[in-house]
Amino acid sequence: MSWQAIVQALALVGMLAATVPFLGRYMADVYGARADGSAPGDRFFAPVERTVYRICGIDARREQRWNVYATSLLAFSLVSVLLLYAIFRLQGVLPFNPTDRPGVSAMGSFNSAISFVTNTNWQWYSGEISISHLTNMFGNSVQNFVSAAAGMVIVIALIRGITRTGTRDLGNFWVDLVRTLLRILLPLSLVFAVVLMSQGVVQNLSGYTAAVTIDQTPVDPSEDSTAITEQLIPGGPVASQEAIKELGTNGGGFYNANSAHPFTNPNGFTNILQIWAMLLIPFSFVVAFGRLVRDRNQGRVLIAVMATILVLFSGFAMLAEQQGNPGLTTRGADQSLSVSQSGGNMEGKETRFGPAASGLFAAATTGTSTGAVNSMHDSYTPLGGLTPMLHMMLGEVSPGGVGVGLGGMLVMALLAVFIAGLMVGRTPEFLGKKIQAPEMKLVVLYVFAMPFALLTFAAASVLIDSAATFQPGAHGLSEVLYNFASTANNNGSAFAYQNTGTQWYTTTQGISMLMARFFTIIPVLAIGGSLAAKPKVPATSGTMPTNTPLFGFLVVGVIAIVAGLTFFPALSLGPILEHLSL
Amino acid sequence: MTATIISETPRPPKVRTKESTSIFDRSIVGSALVDALRKLDPRTMYRNPVMFIVEIGSILTTLMFIRDFGDSSNQENVFAGLVSLWLWFTVLFANFAEAMAEGRGKAQAATLRKTRAETSANVRLSDGTVSEKASSALQVGDLCVVTAGEVIPGDGDIVEGIATVDESAITGESAPVIRESGGDRSAVTGGTRVLSDEIVVRITAKPGETFLDRMIALVEGADRQKTPNEIALTILLAGLTMIFLLAVVTLQPFAIYSGAEQSVIVLIALLVCLIPTTIGGLLSSIGIAGMDRLVQRNVLAMSGRAVEAAGDVTTLLLDKTGTITYGSRQAAEFIPVHDIEQRRLAEAAMVSSLADETPEGRSIVQLAIEQFSPAPVDDQGATLVPFTAQTRMSGMDLPNGRLVRKGAADSVRRFIEVSNEGDYASVPLELLPIVEQVSRDGATPLVVIDKAGADEPWRVLGVVRLKDTVKPGMRERFDQMRSMGIRTIMITGDNPLTAAAIAEEAGVDGFLAEATPEDKMALIKREQASGNLVAMTGDGTNDAPALAQADVGVAMNTGTQAAKEAGNMVDLDSNPTKLIEIVEVGKQLLMTRGSLTTFSIANDVAKYFAIIPAMFATALPELDRLNVMNLSSPRSAILSAVIFNALIIVALVPLALRGVKFRAEAAALVLRRNLLIYGLGGLIAPFIGIKLIDIIVTALGAN
Repeated sequence: MSWQAIVQALALVGMLAATVPFLGRYMADVYGARADGSAPGDRFFAPVERTVYRICGIDARREQRWNVYATSLLAFSLVSVLLLYAIFRLQGVLPFNPTDRPGVSAMGSFNSAISFVTNTNWQWYSGEISISHLTNMFGNSVQNFVSAAAGMVIVIALIRGITRTGTRDLGNFWVDLVRTLLRILLPLSLVFAVVLMSQGVVQNLSGYTAAVTIDQTPVDPSEDSTAITEQLIPGGPVASQEAIKELGTNGGGFYNANSAHPFTNPNGFTNILQIWAMLLIPFSFVVAFGRLVRDRNQGRVLIAVMATILVLFSGFAMLAEQQGNPGLTTRGADQSLSVSQSGGNMEGKETRFGPAASGLFAAATTGTSTGAVNSMHDSYTPLGGLTPMLHMMLGEVSPGGVGVGLGGMLVMALLAVFIAGLMVGRTPEFLGKKIQAPEMKLVVLYVFAMPFALLTFAAASVLIDSAATFQPGAHGLSEVLYNFASTANNNGSAFAYQNTGTQWYTTTQGISMLMARFFTIIPVLAIGGSLAAKPKVPATSGTMPTNTPLFGFLVVGVIAIVAGLTFFPALSLGPILEHLSL
Repeated sequence: MTATIISETPRPPKVRTKESTSIFDRSIVGSALVDALRKLDPRTMYRNPVMFIVEIGSILTTLMFIRDFGDSSNQENVFAGLVSLWLWFTVLFANFAEAMAEGRGKAQAATLRKTRAETSANVRLSDGTVSEKASSALQVGDLCVVTAGEVIPGDGDIVEGIATVDESAITGESAPVIRESGGDRSAVTGGTRVLSDEIVVRITAKPGETFLDRMIALVEGADRQKTPNEIALTILLAGLTMIFLLAVVTLQPFAIYSGAEQSVIVLIALLVCLIPTTIGGLLSSIGIAGMDRLVQRNVLAMSGRAVEAAGDVTTLLLDKTGTITYGSRQAAEFIPVHDIEQRRLAEAAMVSSLADETPEGRSIVQLAIEQFSPAPVDDQGATLVPFTAQTRMSGMDLPNGRLVRKGAADSVRRFIEVSNEGDYASVPLELLPIVEQVSRDGATPLVVIDKAGADEPWRVLGVVRLKDTVKPGMRERFDQMRSMGIRTIMITGDNPLTAAAIAEEAGVDGFLAEATPEDKMALIKREQASGNLVAMTGDGTNDAPALAQADVGVAMNTGTQAAKEAGNMVDLDSNPTKLIEIVEVGKQLLMTRGSLTTFSIANDVAKYFAIIPAMFATALPELDRLNVMNLSSPRSAILSAVIFNALIIVALVPLALRGVKFRAEAAALVLRRNLLIYGLGGLIAPFIGIKLIDIIVTALGAN
């Protein structure tokens, strides 16, 4: 691996270490860690919030039970889907459409509306040729904000379930949503967008800018093709969308090439900055969690679990891509790292990033539920491609999407607590709450949802997709598995060879995204509701400690074993077989 | 509370000898084998979702084996036959484990049933006449006359008389016990035999609902219900089964796509190997065995829920007398008043106690001999002055005219003041401070006085300090409890000073002094309100509300019916120290479940490495590089995994029945050890086991 790659990785660690504790503390205060309920910036934010509540008719003091909280979220999501669907369908007649994009097809709109509302940002289309500026600004970007906020508030509700006793109330969805947007996502995005613009990320409302090309020779001189003399360069409000795309772990690119596009991700600095932005809130959320449950070691252990998995997968992806394809080496290709070349597997990668920084980005985008890409994952080596795929299959808990990542991690922690708690001879407890049959039912539902949304549709696809939109052989199976792993984890990145714009895929992937989002969010809220009603058992030396390295190790083990056992058979016929066949 | 049955050692190793059979007792194994077959009935199997899936799989593979018998090659027939056979074994082994666990209880129930044989009762009617009635026709409130040699016809309280009763049928203890009307030893159990005297019993339980009936039902597991933890674990296991079902069902399309379609037999074999059959097969036997371990300790738990709650207990309420201390006070020191030699006090104390047969009296004599070996006293012609409720003193009148007395401080003082006709000076001033100091140390002061002759005044010699001895090993026991996160609170009727001193000596975490039943109840509620689970023992009727309120209430068998009804466990030995063991059994039960679950899941890793390469060996030979165990052929690999999966259940039956090794340690240490043994062990063991079985299968040429 090049020293630049190592420096970039270390710089990323440094940037996170410098920012996460502060944001975590701030977020904890926003979510009520202080005894008096105050939070920094109240003088500015509180009047704004009150105005919003008044306009929207929100009674800020009224708390909701888990089912009301969930219903509020579902209603909000439904309205969002309908609104976004309408925007997609009607963009042709709406303003801010300088390139005259027509309305999107019904199935395509269905898929995209779900995709952005579920924080997946799966894009079956190419952004610059399909979507108007209005759709991007008032549709996708708005959902980037609110779907991220919705993912965050449900975990706040779960945390309230852990900290409260003898109540059914988990807070107010609307209040949590407004505070999250106003105090966390909007300010951060504003600053980040400006920083991105300073590095050359585009921000305008123009349509195509025509540029005369310097090289005017025909593309393929052997054929009778005409020379290209002019190129249309699409502009748009990119920086503003990019900022929340990373910060809210959304991932939906303005351009089809996503973060590989120079207007989006112009240089190595923005590349690291974007990785940092994806990881910032998910990690900070765990710090906030530790503060909110008054056990900062508990937060540290979960951060360590997330970081361990992330480092392992990042390292593996970086090495695998730097290693290159052994088949090419045997045929005499030089894939070594030298002064003149970055070496490794450069297919589908940007020269300004190189294989290692691309591998790092790939691990970060799949460990979070971002799904932005700065290189084409389909072109990775089998093991390099296996890494982001398996990373998603772990359930996106390293560190996962904003909020939902911590939610998933807490569910895995409950599972670990249950198995290990029995081993020490006590009814399992997590942070003083007994984990019993009602919680286990919900944990099982959560754990089952993702593999179900992934494997059933993937299996059906290889049988039904007669057009074979994917490549033949083991790699084709990898493509199908990857794409459903992406939607079933609300990730949104793609093994991009496969054409998923067909009716079958827009439909099945839309359903898979819905299942992935709501069959996990609702159990998380229900667990919160169930825990809130329970008394707190005082911790003694007979309590299994959950804030120790041993417990962290156990959680890693449970995550690895559950995912490994579920997906090993399928993976063995996909990327593993492909690797063994090299 | 009676002190007579309390064992001297903190952990009485007493096990009911007549039932203490080895785990693989021949008669139990025999009937368990039959029961294992009977349990194949799907109507009972469906309760256990994991094993139910295995049974369905066995049926399917068997049908396919039969269907394809004519068409397939010999090799394929043998393979299908063997896989089907071992899948059936998997189900049978699990059933066998359950039947084994039930077997011990059934044997016990059979013994108990013999004692429940129909008897006739002599019912005394309201007019005083006695008429005979079948015991099965008794009604609550009937008064039965039971004379020596007769069997008590039903549960009840003695309303008249006192008798020695042989309760060995229930407790296994051959020494007879005394039961008398009134007080806390009035309860008698139907089926026990009166050995002497005659008593009148008021029946308190309907026939068929007596203690013996309940006991039979309990040890037999007739109405065994899943406990909360068992339910939660079953949900998890069912969930895992669903996930593996999903993984296996979707594997076939992927296999077809990859040009390696699988036979259904192989897919079923894979599924059965992956789903947690080890814990699924042993889950119910672990629960039954846990109850049985309590029965072995002569404790009857009214529900499995109570046993589980015992493992969760965080606060133990222990009665001081009889549990923490012996309850019999022992002389510890002679404290003379200023002008008296200690030797003289000791001698006088000894004389006053020579005829005193109580443990206190004997201990005074013993201490005096140990410390001063005084000349033997000629008690020929001496007059014994027994303890009476009026004088509250006892002593001896010697032939030489010397009178010696000992008694409680206040009664002795009053006695002297009266006898010496108001000569207050004869009570030395320092007596009161000595008495108070002794009380403050948690001991009981006895004042010794004598009168040298008829004309002499009574003189105070000093104080004997009687100490209620804390049983040896209690402090260590409480330290262990603390390391497991359990607080012990001592309950005593003593004043706070005395209670504090004993609490300090015994090393308990807290105490409740001058405790009334209401105080006890309030304490339990307070502990529960702060999230603690409380365990306590009790025997009196006034303990009943607290026993019912506690999460684990252990009633002493010697106690009243009310107490036994209120508690959720009954200790047949009436040994309150046993509460600690009950907690351990509860913890061990949960630990066994958790450990075997971990083991079962960890096993799957190796099974994948055996089966996946084997499944695709012909169509996708590249995958053979995953065959890290280097198993000889695809068929032998799959068969070996299936056989291992079945045999591991049998191999773990003893562990399931005995429970994992229990040590009183902090949770973090227990977790580390069990994770290492059952997690890492579970990961490694099947690699070795499957490889060995593969070598044997290959050698036998079964593939």
